[in-house]
Amino acid sequence: MDTLVVHVLNALLYASVMFLIAGGLSLIYGVMRIVNLAHGNLYAFGAYVTAWAVGRALGGATEASFWMYALLPVGAIAAAALGAVLEPTLLRPLYRRAEEYQLLITFGLLLILEDLMRLIWGPYPLQASALYEGLGSLTFGESIYPTYNLVVIVIGGVAAAGLWAFVYRTQFGVVLRATSQNMRMAAALGVNVNRVYVQAFTLGCFMAGLGGSVIVPQQGAVLGMGVDALILAFVVVVIGGLGSLEGALIGALLVGFVREAGITFFPEVELAVLYLMAAAVLMIRPAGILGRA
Amino acid sequence: MKSMTGPPRRVLAWSAPALLALIVLPYVVPPYQTVLLTYGLVFAIAALGFNLLLGYTGLLSFGHSAYFGMGAYAVAFTVKYLKLESMEALLLGGILASGAVAALFGLLCVRYTKIFFGILTMALSQVLWSLAFKFFWVTGGSDGLRVPTPTLLGGLVRAGSDKFEFLSHRYYFYVLAIFAICVAVMWVIVHSPFGQALQAIRDNETRAEFVGVQVWHYRWVAFLISGIFTGLAGALWVPLNGLTTPDILHWTFSGKMVFFTVLGGFQTFFGPIIGAVIYNYLETYAVGHTVYWQMVLGIVLVVLVLALPAGIVGTVRRLAVRPAKAA
Amino acid sequence: MSVDILKTTQLCKSFGETHAVDHVDFTVTGGEVLALIGSNGAGKTTLINLISGLIPPDSGRIEFQGADITRASIHHKIELGIARSFQLVNLFDQLSVHDNVTLAIFSREGRTRRLLSLAAADTAVRDEAVAVLKQFGLDARTGSPAGGLSQGERKLLDVAVAYALRPKLLFLDEPTSGVSTREKAPIMDIITAVVRSGGITAVIVEHDMDVVFTYCPRIVAMHQGTILADGTPDQIRNHPQVTANLLGAQTA
Repeated sequence: MDTLVVHVLNALLYASVMFLIAGGLSLIYGVMRIVNLAHGNLYAFGAYVTAWAVGRALGGATEASFWMYALLPVGAIAAAALGAVLEPTLLRPLYRRAEEYQLLITFGLLLILEDLMRLIWGPYPLQASALYEGLGSLTFGESIYPTYNLVVIVIGGVAAAGLWAFVYRTQFGVVLRATSQNMRMAAALGVNVNRVYVQAFTLGCFMAGLGGSVIVPQQGAVLGMGVDALILAFVVVVIGGLGSLEGALIGALLVGFVREAGITFFPEVELAVLYLMAAAVLMIRPAGILGRA
Repeated sequence: MKSMTGPPRRVLAWSAPALLALIVLPYVVPPYQTVLLTYGLVFAIAALGFNLLLGYTGLLSFGHSAYFGMGAYAVAFTVKYLKLESMEALLLGGILASGAVAALFGLLCVRYTKIFFGILTMALSQVLWSLAFKFFWVTGGSDGLRVPTPTLLGGLVRAGSDKFEFLSHRYYFYVLAIFAICVAVMWVIVHSPFGQALQAIRDNETRAEFVGVQVWHYRWVAFLISGIFTGLAGALWVPLNGLTTPDILHWTFSGKMVFFTVLGGFQTFFGPIIGAVIYNYLETYAVGHTVYWQMVLGIVLVVLVLALPAGIVGTVRRLAVRPAKAA
Repeated sequence: MSVDILKTTQLCKSFGETHAVDHVDFTVTGGEVLALIGSNGAGKTTLINLISGLIPPDSGRIEFQGADITRASIHHKIELGIARSFQLVNLFDQLSVHDNVTLAIFSREGRTRRLLSLAAADTAVRDEAVAVLKQFGLDARTGSPAGGLSQGERKLLDVAVAYALRPKLLFLDEPTSGVSTREKAPIMDIITAVVRSGGITAVIVEHDMDVVFTYCPRIVAMHQGTILADGTPDQIRNHPQVTANLLGAQTA
């Protein structure tokens, strides 16, 4: 029974992070019809910045002081800032052009960011494990589970709820949804579409960066994590549907549980199972479970 | 891309001296340069295949490393497990393997366009890459598999003791011949009724459907041909390199193919060829100068997209046409 | 011929709450030229989309020359002889005017499967394309890319491409929309001449009532997804519901 609870928690942990990344991707696509191939790198960027900030705060110490946990969002904010700069400079010029150019430019961005992180932080992984260990672990029954993981799950849940409230209950959310459904109409009604776009993009990048920031104490920041995350986020949105936040949530949960089951029973085929799931969904319901193509 | 009976005079005009130069090359430059150009020609064949999908069918694949890699590994497997030495047998193996994978991946990918297509191709090639590591007892894992120099023309031509001399002369001409055949075949394909159908699909999928062209069938066939050309390039690449490793299955290698096709200009037939050859030189000379080669590529790609969407050949063509129009 | 070439029975299509096509019974006789009129949202384009195969119906039947084509694929319908042009011009913009038409011919002849022969070498197809373009008055623009033509030329080319499929039934979705009044008559003259000489049955969606009354001996009026009236221009002109719902709101 205890091991089952541990597995469920692991799945939820993974789902939390995947929701943040995939949700960001879906949000951006839903509003702007753009897929940023460098989205995974913003997740990685968030991870690196947070790890770096924590490392600086620690100095040489190994024990984390409580205030250091407040540094966690730093990566998310940095990713958001980066997004706010990128959208007007690299993406806006291409909105009128064929979609291939968007893919090409975001691919170029992916290459740049990969090496930029190597340039700034070097080729070796960056850790923030002090934050991870600092919260200790909970014992229940015969199992021990790291408290930090529970924090991440809670953050994921709060983010999902917060995002839903933001999109469906706020003024800005209304504007966001209007622009995503009919950009021209929204513009005709006086919405500053450019501003909405950069805000949506920034929010999406914030979410990706947050995903990196919260997971970095558990797994560290390593080169290449961005592209791996991108592909997995894609699997999530394929299952859940591109452009749907609810779909991103459902997809993230499905991916989290399938992956956990996969690792437990068939460790070798873990990745393949996810891709097969994505392929199956694409063949049966191309728009995803809740998507609009 | 207008239709014409045979290549236009302009093309024939400069391709004849170009071909002549290529034939004479090994006798006038150091062997190192010839081998370097052989790599360029191999990438050019890959670019031809890649651009059938991008320039002519409108599908941007980020996973073509899968076919290049399958071609390469098929050669390695044929040598290692089937104990065959003949380049023709190796090429056949490469074509069959890359063709089979392209057929399968094509079935999955061609129902979708643009974004989904791009990321799906990327994901599938990553699966292959991870399999190359997982099944390390078959593929040699990260060490890869060594491949000895094969014999050409059914055993008539052997490497002998001087491998480098073999590569810079006999192998070079072998690759050059295959390159010329590939260019000719691809030229015919893109100017055939089938090629016209692909371009129609690229320009207007709905109308193509309403003209009776079953869009995803044609996309699949294009995908298959594209994969085979790229796989052929991979097979030709292995003897040059002497070794095949999982690197060539990784998405970064796909990215290079995207890059050099866009560099040369994907809206023209010869653009990708020029782009591939130029890129090969760029990479060889620049990699020695900086570790951050990916960033350089990324920056150049961004600049290309923002400022020079027609690529090198496309831009040169435009500049060449403008003075003619003014005159 | 007084044989029914097309017949829809209780055809329905809804988008959410909107009944775009609501239990429509629509019959077309072979060889006739009819207009399909109605205000925006009446269901005309949806009806064409259903018949031509772009979208599947929710319920009902579509029969073409007696055969059930309700759920047939676009490809199959084209093979049977149904073709269409588009309201918002749909052309292969980067291909030349000539190649737009040759493609339709190659497709019709099943030659688009040919990989290893040059398209340009097929003189029979090339000649036929030139002949079609002549009929449409576009032979002067043969080599230009389709994207570079004027709106009127593009509308004609759109129809020419559909015509090159040698259909039995041709749907023309607003063939003169976006074109200046002066150009409308020449365009319609060409279209009706071509259609008549080919013995093609034509269904023309149109908003311009002058065009409709001049060129179409039969008019079918739609309103909110159903057929309001079906008759000769005189009958339609005098039909009370048509004048109330449609003609009053029409701008010439």
